[in-house]
Amino acid sequence: MITLEAISWTAPGAAFQLQEVSLEIPAHTYAVLMGTTGCGKTTLLELICGLRQLTAGKIWLEGQDVTRWEPWRRGIGYLPQDLALFPETRVGDQIRFPLKVRGQTDGEDLVQELVAELGIGHLLDRFPEALSGGEKQRVALARALAARPHVLLLDEPLSALDETTRRSATELLRTLQERHRLTVLHVTHSSAEAFTLGQLRLRMDQGRVGPA
Amino acid sequence: MRRPFWIFLILITAGYLAFWFLLIAATAGFSTPQAWLQTLVKPEIRYAAGLSVLTCTAAAALALLFAVPIGYLMARRDFPGKTWVDAALDIPIVLPPMVVGICLLIFFQTSLGRRIEAMLPFTYTIAGVVLAQFVVAAAFAIRTMRGTFDHLSPRPEQVALTLGATDFQAFRHVALRTARRGMVAAFCISWARSLGEFGPILVFAGATRMKTEVLPTTVWLELSVGNLDSAVAVSLAMIALAILVLALVRTTGERV
Repeated sequence: MITLEAISWTAPGAAFQLQEVSLEIPAHTYAVLMGTTGCGKTTLLELICGLRQLTAGKIWLEGQDVTRWEPWRRGIGYLPQDLALFPETRVGDQIRFPLKVRGQTDGEDLVQELVAELGIGHLLDRFPEALSGGEKQRVALARALAARPHVLLLDEPLSALDETTRRSATELLRTLQERHRLTVLHVTHSSAEAFTLGQLRLRMDQGRVGPA
Repeated sequence: MRRPFWIFLILITAGYLAFWFLLIAATAGFSTPQAWLQTLVKPEIRYAAGLSVLTCTAAAALALLFAVPIGYLMARRDFPGKTWVDAALDIPIVLPPMVVGICLLIFFQTSLGRRIEAMLPFTYTIAGVVLAQFVVAAAFAIRTMRGTFDHLSPRPEQVALTLGATDFQAFRHVALRTARRGMVAAFCISWARSLGEFGPILVFAGATRMKTEVLPTTVWLELSVGNLDSAVAVSLAMIALAILVLALVRTTGERV
């Protein structure tokens, strides 16, 4: 469950701001947030992740006030628009990264499950530069899910894919959300994505969020 | 189609490079390869060459140790007074080299400096050579590392944080890994810079034969006694080393 309680954020120099944004996404719900380019969707995701600091308001995840928590304590999976795979790291090591930094030694089964589920077993020894757009997205999803998040934040995950890959990726996102019982917040400027995937549809306009 | 503007720019570039080529060619043609070899096998020259390689390597390693965290901080965080800190980091680049030597000499005459000297003597020692080289080389290494981190997207490090990594783990496992080529470039640049350092070493560490003599001081010592052949041979060896280092930096893909 994601709850934003009147959160505000002002960009340095006050060039842009989010004003008292409130929203509630029930647990295990696939929510899609629509909005035009530059309306603050990515900033909102970064605030939820803890990559930016709020100027006011509170963020609750799974019933806990995480407003002052560091990003690594929040239990969030985040896929930025560029996917941000680690450039000099093989796919296998990317997926094991969450286990490595947390010192977990019992996560190999989960890694193997995710690799099989996402069909990326043949990519494990490759570097990101040798992957297609669709493959990169699957690797980024596997990496995010290896951290066992409760919440998955997706920033325009389908925008860089061709039509065929987009269709299979849409199906994959829906399946993963159901199988891993995730609360998903997916931001996009595409109404089609919102109506295909969204159990809850929201719209962001001039720094405020309301129902679509 | 011939476009006069671009031809003009090509001529300027060619003229500048030709000037440098002529300088090096003239130096190389001044004496014979036999004379170079005779100079380079002299014990004092071999000592100076060995000491240069040793101190440059130590100074460059030390410079990298400071340059990586400072470059990362400057590239990734905004803080009050950052512009001033940025300018201060460049001070060793703009200071006249002799002044750096005098500053070092005077610092080690203060009470704090004397206490440090009591534990590890710097003035007129090999450690002093390393310190004098480090002071200037570190500024160049910091510039290089800052440029490297500036060109790397911070996004993978941010995603690493959401995957459970602490700030230090994101730095160590993601940023450092991606910045490896920049680190090689920073090391090479500070090494080459240290090799050419003369003023601060002369003032702070002296030019004692078979003790604190490095290659630039050899050139100066040989010139001062009118031994031009030896000065030319050592200069050519230094030119060769500098070109080698530059080629190495270029293979890393980093711009200096």
